[in-house]
Amino acid sequence: MVYFFQNFLNALQWGSFYALIALGYSMVYGILMLFNFAHGDVFMTGAYIGLGTALFFTMIFSSGAVSVVPGWIILVLTILSSMALASILGMIIERIGYRPLRNAPRASAAITGLMIGIILETGNLAILGAQRFSFPSIIDTVTWEAGGIFFTNKKILIVAVALFLMAALHVFIKKTKWGMAMRAMSYDPLAVPLMGVSVNIVAPMTFAIGSGLAAAAGVLYSMAYPVLDPMMGVNLGWKAFVAAILGGRGSIMGAALAGFILGFIEIFVAMIFPSTLRDLIAYSIILAILTFRPYGFFGQAHSAQLRL
Amino acid sequence: MMSRFSMLCGEVPALGWLLGILASVTAEYVIGEDLSNILGMDKAPVLFGVLMAFKEPLMIPNLLAYAFIIYVFPAVSTGILTRVPANRLAGRLDHLPVIISGLLHISFLYLIIHFWAGMNDYHLIVIKITMISVILTLSMNVINGYMGEFSCSHPGFMAIGAYTTSVMTLVLFTKSRFGAGPILPEAAGPFVFPIVLVIGGLLTSLAALIVAIPSFRTRGDYLAIISLAFTFMIKSIIENMEIIGGARGLGDQPDFSGLTAVFAWTVLCIWVVNNFVTSVPGKAMNAVRDNESAADAMTVNTRKTKITAFMFGAFWAGVAGGLLAHMLRYINPGTFGLQKLAEIFAMVYFGGLNSIYGSIVGAASISLLGEALRPLELYKWIVIPLLLIIVMIKRPTGLMAFMEFNMKKLLRPRDRGKEEGPVG
Repeated sequence: MVYFFQNFLNALQWGSFYALIALGYSMVYGILMLFNFAHGDVFMTGAYIGLGTALFFTMIFSSGAVSVVPGWIILVLTILSSMALASILGMIIERIGYRPLRNAPRASAAITGLMIGIILETGNLAILGAQRFSFPSIIDTVTWEAGGIFFTNKKILIVAVALFLMAALHVFIKKTKWGMAMRAMSYDPLAVPLMGVSVNIVAPMTFAIGSGLAAAAGVLYSMAYPVLDPMMGVNLGWKAFVAAILGGRGSIMGAALAGFILGFIEIFVAMIFPSTLRDLIAYSIILAILTFRPYGFFGQAHSAQLRL
Repeated sequence: MMSRFSMLCGEVPALGWLLGILASVTAEYVIGEDLSNILGMDKAPVLFGVLMAFKEPLMIPNLLAYAFIIYVFPAVSTGILTRVPANRLAGRLDHLPVIISGLLHISFLYLIIHFWAGMNDYHLIVIKITMISVILTLSMNVINGYMGEFSCSHPGFMAIGAYTTSVMTLVLFTKSRFGAGPILPEAAGPFVFPIVLVIGGLLTSLAALIVAIPSFRTRGDYLAIISLAFTFMIKSIIENMEIIGGARGLGDQPDFSGLTAVFAWTVLCIWVVNNFVTSVPGKAMNAVRDNESAADAMTVNTRKTKITAFMFGAFWAGVAGGLLAHMLRYINPGTFGLQKLAEIFAMVYFGGLNSIYGSIVGAASISLLGEALRPLELYKWIVIPLLLIIVMIKRPTGLMAFMEFNMKKLLRPRDRGKEEGPVG
């Protein structure tokens, strides 16, 4: 039982990465009916930007070897700056890869997305070289024990930040004017531009928000697994894409939920079976789910609206 | 002057060009070494001198001179000089069944490839990889282009083909980890290998049913997920099967993918795929792609069409996988991952959907570009994606999409007197 709860916590942490990345896929789909296949690599880039900003902030806020500000301020600054820079990257991706192809066959945009992803990976390798960087430990790890279950402050922090960002996104989409514009755009992409809301504003915004969330996931991920590698976004990105589909295209709630479900499936499969079988069993379960609910948990057959 | 020249070039039939290229390959074979010495190079440049141009930019004028003397001049001059007899011959052949004229042209093509690949081992590997890529691209074009699905299952198909054929040849021809000693002598290889490839392809088509059957109900993104899951699952299954090497891979396949075998399979693939996509089931695929409900209303059996397309595409992907396995003589599950998928996508979408020419051009240009840009090392994977993005923005369906391949039209004489319709 203790083992179960321990893994439950791990699954929650693992699922929050998937959920945060899947949100970006799902939001872009809701607006443009396209998937941003560079998204996994935006996550990777976000982690690297986080590395850079974390090093920068620890450098300027420290006198000698001692930091003059508490670690959590540096962490907040790191996450925020990484999110901001990744948002700009997201807008650039939209401008280069997606805006010229808005009326093209959908597969073409998928290809440009994939290729931008490869450029990001290779660009990273070319600039930083093949050596692996380790993420600085900004806050010290504290471990608590309750009934045989070990909590670390980082794990709780990761899940909490992820949930906070999801809640913030929910409020943004539900309560603000821009959120309304996004919902309207996904409801009727033809009529809304006639009402004075330009796709050329809403789409970059969606990319920016999605990329920001992916970057946050990147920083959180590198806190938990501090070795960065240019290919780290490939597997995680594709799996988050699976989660976005599993949740139902364009469904924000669904994507988040499916991200967590995917995390749980993977962790618990690895708990019961040998870990080499993890992908096999996880994907078999996903195929089974898609057989019974071909449009995901919250998806509908003939619509891909942005739903909450 | 220029227009007269291009008019002359326009009159050269396919046969003339083949003769011309044969002449330039012969020229390289005979005087390539000496000429490169005269021009101050240590040895004849490989792969049209592109590799050397990146390493020693100062040599570019010499390399251009070399390329002109060896490649451009013999090809163009032979083509233009032989245009009259070549046209006459092409005219004669035009009246014969297309298979005879096709075979003649193909044997010329084989001669060219044979000479070019014979010059050094590097050429041989490049040309074999290019031809295997052509098979792969064609097979994916059947599913993604003609059928209009967004299927990501090709690495999985390849893996099945590669592993099943490898196991068969390892059991039959080597004293292997599977216990039994060599059952057949190595000399029987060229005769047995095609059968092995066909069996491997058929097994791959059977496995393709896993993707084909869910495609009845879903299209687009959901099928993408199903096919992606298929690729991951195949990879995972192979990694967990210790008997075929697991994650460490499987090696020491007998060297059966010679130039002749690969060339023959490529030609066969082009011929069969072209016949398939122009046949009634092939046109049914286009109908399903353009509007599934309308196709259904017009008595197209959509389920049968989808199953046929998937199984047909998977067969050729399996064959390509088998050829690749016996060429590299080592495979591991990592070969058939997302990287491979991105590579095949690049070839298909660069060349053009729904087009045989497109597949050939896409496969050849991406794999030759990949080799030619090798000196750029990492930056190669920035240049090729950028190129592809530009192609996608300018021509979203690829360079030569929707271009029909017609052997008779391609090979017919080009002199203006007998010409009917625009040259295409």
